[in-house]
Parts: sequence; C-alpha cells; structure tokens
Amino acid sequence: MPKDQPDLNLSPKVSDEIRKTTCYMCACRCGINVHMKEGKVAYIEGNRDHPVNQGVLCAKGSAGIMQHNAPSRLRAPLKRVGPRGSGEFEEISWDEALDMATGLLKPIREEAPEKLAFFTGRDQSQSFTGFWAQAYGTPNFAAHGGFCSVNMAAAGIYTMGGAFWEFGQPDWDLTKMVMIFGVAEDHDSNPIKMGIGRAKAKGAKIVSVNPIRTGYNAVADEWVGITPGTDGLYVLSLIHCLMKAGRIDLDYLARFTNASVLLNEDPKSDQFGLALRDDNGQPQVMDRNTGKLAPWNGQGVEPDLAGTLRDKGVTHRPVFHHMAEKYLSDDYAPEAVEERTGIPAAQIRKMAAELARVAFDEEITLDRQWTDFRGKKHDKMVGRPVSFHAMRGISAHSNGFQTCRALHVLQIVLGTVETPGGMRFKPPYPKPATAHPKPHGKVTPGAPLDGPHLGYVHGPEDLLLDENDQPKRIDKAYSWENPMSAHGLMHMVISNAHAGTPYKIDTLFMYMANMSWNSSMNTGGVIKMLTDTNEDGSYVIPNIIYSDAYSSEMVAYADLILPDTTYLERHDCISLLDRPICEADAVADAIRWPVVEPDRDVRGFQSVLCDLGARLGMAGFVNDDGSQKYQDYADYITNHIRRPGVGPLAGFRLGDDGLQGGRGEVNESQIDNYIANGGFWIEHVPEDCAYYKPFNTAYQDWAVKMGFYDAVQPYIFQLYVEPLRKFQLAAEGVGTRQPPEHLRARIKETMDPLPTWYAPFEDAHVSPEEYPVHALTQRPMAMYHSWGTQNAWLRQIHGHNPLYIPTKIWEANGFEEGDWAKVSSAHGEIVVPVAHQASLNPNTVWTWNAIGKRKGAWALDEDAPEATKGFLLNHLIHELLPPKGDGLRWANSDPVTGQAAWFDLRVKIEKSAVPNEAQPAMPPIKSPVGKGPDKLAWKVGK
Amino acid sequence: MTTLPQSTDKKLGLLIDLDTCVGCHACVISCKGWNTENYGAPLSDQDPYGAKPTGTFLNRVHSYEVQPPNLKDGTQPAAQLIHFPKSCLHCEDAPCVTVCPTGASYKRVEDGIVLVNEQDCIGCGLCAWACPYGAREMDAEEGVMKKCTLCVDRIYNENLPEEDRQPACVRTCPAGARHFGDFADPESSVSILSAERGGMDLMPEQGTKPVNKYLPPRPKDEMPEFDVLSPYLEPIAKDAKGFVGWLDRALSAMPGGAK
Amino acid sequence: MHPAPSVIIFTTFSGLGFGLLFWLGLGVIVPTGWSAFIWFAMAYIFAVGGLLASTFHLGHPERFLKAFTQWRSSWLSREAICAVATLLVMALYGAGLVFLGSQWAPLGWLGALGAIGTVFTTSMIYAQMKTIPRWKHWTTPALFLSLSLGGGALLAGQVAVAVILLLIAGGIQAFAWITGDARLADSGTDMETATGLGFIGKVRAFEPPHTGTNYLLREFVHEVGRKHAKQLRILAMAFGFVLPVIFLMLPFSHWFAALAVLSHIAGVLALRWLFFAQAEHVVGLYYGKR
Repeated sequence: MPKDQPDLNLSPKVSDEIRKTTCYMCACRCGINVHMKEGKVAYIEGNRDHPVNQGVLCAKGSAGIMQHNAPSRLRAPLKRVGPRGSGEFEEISWDEALDMATGLLKPIREEAPEKLAFFTGRDQSQSFTGFWAQAYGTPNFAAHGGFCSVNMAAAGIYTMGGAFWEFGQPDWDLTKMVMIFGVAEDHDSNPIKMGIGRAKAKGAKIVSVNPIRTGYNAVADEWVGITPGTDGLYVLSLIHCLMKAGRIDLDYLARFTNASVLLNEDPKSDQFGLALRDDNGQPQVMDRNTGKLAPWNGQGVEPDLAGTLRDKGVTHRPVFHHMAEKYLSDDYAPEAVEERTGIPAAQIRKMAAELARVAFDEEITLDRQWTDFRGKKHDKMVGRPVSFHAMRGISAHSNGFQTCRALHVLQIVLGTVETPGGMRFKPPYPKPATAHPKPHGKVTPGAPLDGPHLGYVHGPEDLLLDENDQPKRIDKAYSWENPMSAHGLMHMVISNAHAGTPYKIDTLFMYMANMSWNSSMNTGGVIKMLTDTNEDGSYVIPNIIYSDAYSSEMVAYADLILPDTTYLERHDCISLLDRPICEADAVADAIRWPVVEPDRDVRGFQSVLCDLGARLGMAGFVNDDGSQKYQDYADYITNHIRRPGVGPLAGFRLGDDGLQGGRGEVNESQIDNYIANGGFWIEHVPEDCAYYKPFNTAYQDWAVKMGFYDAVQPYIFQLYVEPLRKFQLAAEGVGTRQPPEHLRARIKETMDPLPTWYAPFEDAHVSPEEYPVHALTQRPMAMYHSWGTQNAWLRQIHGHNPLYIPTKIWEANGFEEGDWAKVSSAHGEIVVPVAHQASLNPNTVWTWNAIGKRKGAWALDEDAPEATKGFLLNHLIHELLPPKGDGLRWANSDPVTGQAAWFDLRVKIEKSAVPNEAQPAMPPIKSPVGKGPDKLAWKVGK
Repeated sequence: MTTLPQSTDKKLGLLIDLDTCVGCHACVISCKGWNTENYGAPLSDQDPYGAKPTGTFLNRVHSYEVQPPNLKDGTQPAAQLIHFPKSCLHCEDAPCVTVCPTGASYKRVEDGIVLVNEQDCIGCGLCAWACPYGAREMDAEEGVMKKCTLCVDRIYNENLPEEDRQPACVRTCPAGARHFGDFADPESSVSILSAERGGMDLMPEQGTKPVNKYLPPRPKDEMPEFDVLSPYLEPIAKDAKGFVGWLDRALSAMPGGAK
Repeated sequence: MHPAPSVIIFTTFSGLGFGLLFWLGLGVIVPTGWSAFIWFAMAYIFAVGGLLASTFHLGHPERFLKAFTQWRSSWLSREAICAVATLLVMALYGAGLVFLGSQWAPLGWLGALGAIGTVFTTSMIYAQMKTIPRWKHWTTPALFLSLSLGGGALLAGQVAVAVILLLIAGGIQAFAWITGDARLADSGTDMETATGLGFIGKVRAFEPPHTGTNYLLREFVHEVGRKHAKQLRILAMAFGFVLPVIFLMLPFSHWFAALAVLSHIAGVLALRWLFFAQAEHVVGLYYGKR
C-alpha cells in the first residue's frame, strides 16, 4: 500500500443474505438475487443460473428497490367516497372489502354470471385467474393480449404451432443473419439483448425492418426504414423474389409443411378450397414413392409438392401450386411495392439475394441423427442460418395477422423454422392450433363455465354466438367481427359495457390494467364511459372493482380497491400452463415468494381470489365441506392439479423415485425446493430433441413425458390455414352459420388462407392526403408501461417524452429545438413538444409509450414533467374507426383476431405556439396515497 | 495524493462496444444501485417525485445521431443512431487528480483506478471542472464528489464469488457491450479485443490518456455489392406455370427424386 | 460555466483586496496608527471576505485545512497557502504600522510578492483548465493580475498608476474576449472527437441521457444569448474601465474617487459574471451544447 493512499476495505460485506426470486419490473421474468441487509432489500442483481437472463439485468430490474419502496404503493383496501374519478377514498378493512366484493359478486353468479366482466391486464397468472373466472361461470374473461400480441400469437399458432414474442427465438448461437421486424422493447427483452450481443460477437449480421432506428434497430448492421403497416407487402415481395429464383427449400416444404396437401378446386363444392381428406379425416398428399394418395402423416410417405389429382371430375392441386400462382404475381414484384413500402426495389432484391445467399450458401449441418414422424431416419440436422424475430411493430395493425403469417411463410419457405441457425420454439411449444382448447362460453347460473374461455377456433361452428347469432362475450370475441380472437378483446370491454352491447353488465372487475389512461385507446372517451351516469344518477357501468399495487390512474375510477402487494412481497408461479420462461434448449418455470413481508395492509391479489372463490362457494375453491380449499395462492400453486400429474409448477414433483421434473404428484415442500434452487426449475431439452421439434419423434416422446401434452401429436406447418378458408367459405354462402351481410366482403378479403396484404383500415376511413403522417409509440427500455414513473431512478431517465419528427417534416414546418406541435388525427388533437430525428422513416413520427401521466397519480407532484410535458398518443386513437358513410362504425382492429390496431394511426402535424402544458390537460385526481419525499439518500446498511 | 503515480502496476478499465450497446440504461441503474448501497455516501436524489427530479449518477448513456456524408452519386445514406455510455475513463494523466487541493482524489498505484477519498473531499468541484468527460458529479446531499470507482469494492471482494468480481455495470449489461480488464496486459481479453476492433480514445487531444477504450461501431448499411439477379435471384420461371414446370424438374433432380 | 455568485464575489473582492495589499506592502503609501488600521482593514475585508465567500460553494468547508496539503500539484492548494501566508505576513507588517508606527519594509515587500502570488495562483486555477479553452490562455493570469493591481491602485488612491493599469486591464480584457470567442472552436475538441464518431460523419446529440437536469448541466453548461452578452460586455467595459478612468481624470474629489471605485467594482462583477457564464466547458459537447 503506497503510503499516501487511504487504506480501503476491498472486501466489504455485500449483504446478510441473498434471496432469489423472479423480477416483475416488466414481462420478461428474469431471475434476481435480492441482497438483504437487516431484513431489508439492499440491492438487486440478475441471477446467473437463471435461464432467462443468465445473470444480466436491465435498468428496470435493477431499479426494483425503488419500485418496492415507491410512495405510490397502496396501503389498505379503499372504498370510494367521492364521485368516480375524483380520487376520494376511505381506507377500509379487508373484512369490509371482501364483504363488499362478495355482496356484489354473489347475486350475479346466481342469476347471470355473464354480468361480471373480469379482465386482468398485465397479469402473469392467467392460468389461475382464468381458472377462477371459469369456476365463477362468466364467459367474460381475458387478459390484455387483445391489444398487445394476439396477431402474433394467433398467426404463429395457426401457421406453425408457436410464435415469436417469448414463445420462440432465433438460434442466437448458430445463426448468421437475424432479421427483426418491428422489434422494440416489448417482451423477452433481456434475452433479445443477450442474443443480439452474442450474434454480433460471432459476426452475424443483424437486419432491422422498422420505421424507427433506435435500440435494437440502431445496432442493426442494416436498416430497412419501412413505412408502417406495409411489412406484409415487403415480406411477400421477398417471398416473390425467392420463389421466382427457386431459392426455397423444396425438401423441407414437401416434408414438413402442408405445401403438398391437395386442395379441392371445384367452385361448386362445399369443399372448395378445403383439403382432400381420407376416411379418417386426414389431409391427403400424393406419395412420391407410389404416385398415389396417402395421408400426410403416413409412415414412409414422401409427399409430392407437385402432385395433382383429378378425381370424380374435380381437380385437386397441392397448396404449393396455389402459392406459386399467388406469389409469383407481379403484384408482389419489388417494383410494384416500392412506393407503398418506401423501400426501393433494388434494396428489396438485394435483401432477398442476401437471404438466399446466407440460407443456401452458408448451410450448416449438425451431426445429429433423428427420426421424423413418418419413420424416416435423418442422419444429420441441416440448418439454413437465417433467422427472424418480430413483435408489436407488425402485430398492432389491422393487417397484422396476415403480416405475421406472411413472415412465418417466409421463414418456412427458406426452411429455417426449427432448424439449426433458424427460429426455434421454446417448450412447451411447438403445439399446433388443434392441440389447444377451443373457446368456451356456455353460461349456467351458479355453476362453472363449460370450459376454458380462450382457445383456437377451427371454423364458424366454433364461434361463441348465441341462438340469435349475437356474441356471447361482452368483448365480442369469437364473433364474426373477429372470429379468431384468441386472447379476447380487453380494449372493447369498457365501450361495449357502456353501450350495453351485446348486453349490459353489472360489475367490471379488473386487475393491473390502467384502462383510464395508457392502456386504452381513446383515453378521454373511456374516462367518460367510466363516469357516465343514467338519468337516475347511477353509473352506466354500475360497479367497478379494481386491484393494483400502486396508485395508478385507474384507481380513481373504481368503487372498491383491493390493494395488491409489490412483487417482492408475494407468491407467484411462472407456469408452463401460462406464459412460460423456457429457452429453446430448456424447459423451465419459476416462482416468486415473499422475500419481505408487506408493511402495509395489502394482500396478493391471487390469494384474495382464493378467499373470494371460497366465499362464493365456487367449485375448485371450496372443499367438500364448503370450507376454503386454498388458504392462499401458495397453497394453490402447491396443491392444484390441472391434469393428472400436472400442476402449476412442473419442477420438484413427487415421483416414484423421489422428486422429478415434468409430471408427478403434489409435493408439499415444492415451493421450498424452488427457493432452495434459486426460485426456478430447469431441465434441458435432450440434444436429439433440440431441432425439428414438431416432426421429431424423440422430442414428441419427451414432450409427453414432461407433460406438455398427453399424447404425441406431430404436425406439419400450415402455410395454407384451412380454418381461414372455412370462414371464407361461409362468407361465400356455404354452410348454415352465416356472417352478417355487412361483413361478408371483408371476411372474403381478409381471411385468405394464404398470407395476403391489404392496406391498414384507417387508410380507407381517413384521408391519407389530409393525414399523411404515420404515428407510432415504442416502449423505452428503461420503463415498463406506466410503472416506471413512480420509480425515482427511472423517471429521471424518461421524465417526459417529445414527439420525434423526421427531417422532411421537421424542415417543412420550420421546427426548432424547444418547439411544440399540434398533432391531429380524425379522432382527436394533442399539443406536444417535438424533437428532430433523422434516422426515421420520412413519413413517420413517434414517441415513447406511457410516459405522460395524469396529475395526482403515482404519488407524484402535480407539476411533475410527466404531467406537464409528457403526453399520450392514445388521445388520438379510437377503438372505432371514423364513420365512412355506410352507416356503420367499424372496429379499429384486425378483422381476424380483433387485435387493437394502434399502429394504423394517421395524423397531421402543425407547428403550435408553446402552451403552458401538453394538451389535452386533464384536471388532477386526488392522490389516495399522498406524495413522495423531497429527497432520497437510500442506504439500507449504514 | 494528488500527484499522479509514475506508473501503475495494472491499468484496469472498461472496453465499451458502441457497435453492440442498445442503449438500455441497465448499466446506469445497476451502478446507481450498487454505489448507493456501497462505497462512500449513497447517490442521492433531489425532488425525486417532483417537478425537477435530479440525482447523482456515475454512469450515463447518451445517444447520438451521425449523418454519413453523401455518396458519390449524391444520395444521402441513412443516418445512424449510436448509444454511448459514459463514465470515468480512469485516465493515465488524470487532470482531475492533480487539481485536487486536499489529496482526496487519487489514482491507485496498484491498478490505476481513480478514486475520491470522501473523508478528505471538501466538495470544491475543481476536479469535475478539470475532467473533460463529465465523469464526476457532486452529490447534492452529501457535498462530496462522486465518481465511478470501477467497483473497487467488487473486483477484489472475497465475499463475492470469483465470477462476480467485476464492475456492476459489466455484470449486468444484457448485450455484453461492456468488458472489464487490464489494459496493461497485452494478452488480456480487453487488450486483444481493443486491438482487433480498433479501440479508440475519447478526446485524445485533451492528453488525458484514458484507460477506458471504446470499440467503434462496425460499418452499417453496407450490404455486399453483388449482381442482384445473378447468381442468387436469377429467375427460374416467368410465371406460375413456368414455376410448376421448374418444380417438376427440380423435384426429379433431388436425391431419390426420379420418378 | 455556471456563474456562481460565491465565485464571482470571491475573485472580484479578493482580487481587489490583494491588489491593495500589494501596494501597501510595496510601501507606495505608508500610513500609521488609525489611518493604517483603516487601510489594512479595508484590504482585509476585501481579501478575507472574498476568500470566505469562496467557501460557500464548498460541500465541506469545515475540512478546509486539508486544502493546504497539495501544493506540489494543485493550484488551488497553492492559492490557499499563498493567501494565508500573505495575510499573515501583511498582518505582521500592518501591526508594525498600526501599533508601533514602524515600517518593516522587507516584510512589506515579501507581503507584496505574496499578494501577487495569490492573485496569480487564483488565476492559474482557471488558466490551467484544458477543459475550458477560453480560460486556458495567458490572458487569464494577465487579466487577473492587471485587474487586481489596477483595482488595488485605485483603492490605494494611486491615480496615475491606476489609470495606466486599468487601461492595460481593459485592453487585455478586450483582447481576451475577442480571441476567446473562437478558442473552443479552435481547440480541436468537438463532438466528433468527444464521441470518436467523427469517422462516420457529422455527429448530433439525439436524446440526452436523462430527460431531467444534472450536476454537469447545472455546473458547466450555461448558455448566454449572443445579444445579451454583447450588451453586458459593453456595460462591463464602461463601468470597469472607462468610467473609473474618466472619474480619475476629473479634478480630484473624494466623491469622484468613491464613484470610480464603485463603478470599477460593478464593472468587474459584470465581467467576472461573463468570465464564468461565457466559459464553454468541453463536457457540454456531450450534451450537444456549444
């Protein structure tokens, strides 16, 4: 030690104890090490052993300590005493709160369970909340997928039995080219960052297709600054180029897709466009061995991509012929799409050539033998190392479903799904649409619903319509307006309940959904609906119960608040029955557990549901003697049995030889075993099961053993989605269940069984000349929805949000730094600060999502920048499209799935005088929790 | 002591990859968390829930837009956006150290880490004036100068597992854009990576000789120049009918394909 | 740079105080008894008052003794030692004049040297800053010294010397302004070198790291409007130099002398404000400021 240097303690004690649990600062569900000092949370870091984050942790995760201690935490159950929206509450006891809730819910259940609408926003326990809603008997349950991801999920499941988002990932270690579409900080964020880093370190090329060049798109080696809503057209043009040059994987297409399946071509037949099936109902292909018909899955069959059949006067041609006809059309030539997409034809061709080069010239092979479901032995695994990933940017459009489908078809024609270097599913996916439940909606007063709410329809017969062809669900999911709405339509619940269509409800029960603010399109309108009264002064939506941990904007609009805990104070399970945390090479699930006990009178919402379920006498929540079955959520997690041997957690179950993963009996110490293991359970996918999972017999057997499903169910990718064709057939007049007249044409156009592209609906409802600019939002990496704002550290990074303006519009309006703009859509107008961005599509503006806050919410001062300069784009969007003179109001959503079409928004921009604050400015709400301190010097261990 | 050591045994520092940093701010907050709870006074925040929240951070991520010059044919290439994390560079000729009147600022002989001994700091701010990089921030609550310690209380900490003995920002970086090591050792991973990728100094003209290096972004938007038709996109057919003909031939030519 | 009142007051008044001590120590005027007490009190109020003001911007003024330790490398430490040594020496010299009526001339000369040294070391705190190209120039010590000596002469009633020195100081100030305005641009440090990204193209700040402000922005980034700065420069010149010289040229009157002093002080305060407010720290480049 040099004599002038102070004597440092280089090995100070780090903490008294590390408690390992799961993060909930966003939807990523990383493992965290919570360092405790003197019984308090001192420091949070990533858990190195955890499959999701492998030790790393994002800004949100590291800021968990500020969330856990945020002054915005609710402290006790609240009963509204002022008018809705005022924020005036009184604190009540849990007994009183639960009595109130029971008093509301019990009569509804006994008379008309559908009069309860139970919607859970950023819920990570949907298999439990759905189970509760099913036991209650209401058909009206969903989480937020309808305005988040359903296009991606449904397109993926119907096409290939799995999607992107957190259900699939590029093979980061082997891929040589990753193409990302519309990927910002949505889900799976740390794994994507880790993957991009790993791929780059190995010299892989990252290509980004995104109007905005920030974040992942900024580090991409190649940027395609596409015009919003045209990704599908761009992708179909790539398919056109690749097919036209024969740069497609014929062997893969023949074996592993329904490209070889024969379709009926008799326009007069009620089977027109449907697959030719054998007596067992299996689609037929021509077998190249025999030249005869064979079922697609027959042992030893070699499906023929080119085989046609003329049978009883009817021609049957394979799907692949139809694809050739559709995609070789000049409509998809680069020159035909360049203006619309904003991408020059030469660049499109270059990209197609580069895809072809990497896929076919840089083929990789792994020396791993495997056997496919037809019994054919393959001596190696062949990979075409281009991989794709996509997220909300392509999903949240009214053409999002077909765009996602187009992208899946692109990867499939290149032979890159479930092959080395391509896109890989994470267990328990892949799982075809046919292996998922169908939706259920049969209501019996006082009894459970007839099955799970959400699922996958396979034709008009599966729609949830009553005897008068009216929707059974309040959100009109699974109706002709959006037949494949696999996640429900949470964004339509309040407006439908307010309008009383298809029927009136009594109680709206919501969890973690900031519907009166950033989680609704048309924020102002929703606030009006929530506070609207009948002539007698009663509210149009009579009762609202809401559960949240924090003083969000939605709290003010509920009558009864059930305060939730923070994520460090609760039990949770991140279940294989739900949205799992698996990686392509591993099956895994995880828990949360109370690393600290709440210091307030709050309870975990799921435990409250266990209590409420028992009070209501719901099957599954009471024992035979009528007593409460699950004392709390932890009890449910441990003891609930969903199917034989399958419970919420797949790890550490009791088997014949002790503890085992996958199937097994209840283990009373299961949660302790998880805690001892770092809060999670993981089992690696065996090497011979790692690729070709849908077709690989070894994987299929392993999946059954693990309990992902109960019998092997190999399948082939559905380039041509027959259920879509069935809806089209109905629209053409075939069958007994018929769509309403006004929807026929739209269904025919949009439910094409082969991926197609049509212009976003808003383009036809507002004048693109008057509103020439596309407006988008992105989630910043350091903020999750509205949660980050209550976080003293994170809100310093994103305390307000400018509208980013591309150079062309910036210069045309003579904008300068510090200027504000009036931004108008057909629906509304906002006045907001602007900033210049050159790396942006020239016809697109954007801002960060959910930074703007209502005055009085989140325990912030009323002059917080989030409330004075921050703003929401939501004010410009509506759940309905503007009238176009046909006497109808069309939903602003995807016609197939009902996904909210946030990103279809068109606006115009004008320079504005600088207002006092961002417009519209809403009056403050009274904070039910007071305000935060005026300084922080946070140190737990002194 | 405010005179700089003639030389240091090691030159510990960070290698930051501007090609890979996605600008997520993970390093910013991880740093805030660790250094609030550890070395010296906590990193305080003023008006944390109010109109002008501000606080002490030892690492901040900037972002820049760079417009490449026009190409020969006059077209303007796309602008690039680069995320840019910045913390103390632990300079060899650290001007912040020599200006310190009390000896609170010093550069460690063992490893070159520049530190502030908070007990000796009078909070005059001169070191922050002398630093061209904005690496030092005065804590408004404690009145002493705070700066990156390179997690000196982690990197040698025997209470941490060996693999965790690295700065909090490096451990947490999701994209793997931050590397930690000894730049005095030419065989170290950071020295090798820096040499391979052209690690660069910030403001070299200031003569501070930073230890931390930045890996420049790789060239962007430069897809290989090849004929867009040949060999990769040479059409095999004009239309669907021709395509079907090609398909028959192609399938016949495939292994086991002759019918 | 943030024009902190404490530092403006410090440099202005301690400069005047040490300037006066310089002339007292040199023996240009040799008062004794009460008269000496008043002269010295005035010098000490300015010098010590300025020094005390400077401690207002310290986070921990109670640790000031530590600031005497690093004379080998730190101009601030040297300044502290110089200042205290000068004040001690001049206190002894002054005590001789006040109480004994005797002038210990060598002690005075030593004190005068110390006073110059103090002002020089103060100026070097700024002039050493490579991070602030406007300051890192010979004009900074020249300006501090000429102002201190000129102001001291003014206080000491040395009309001829004061006029000459103030004119010199005014000239140096004008030169410093004219040349200083371009010094950041000429320094070779710009956003391209700051980020290392110049090899790609022209660099522009996109999003700042935090939407809120921070210590660096508060301390180092202070933008003065061009028009505003020009007006202030004219006023500072007028009050600092032109008016005092005119007052001194007029037939002597205590009123005019007092006005000359007050005008000079006002002018120096203004130009010191500009000295800080217009000093561009290179760290601003990281924020796309100047």
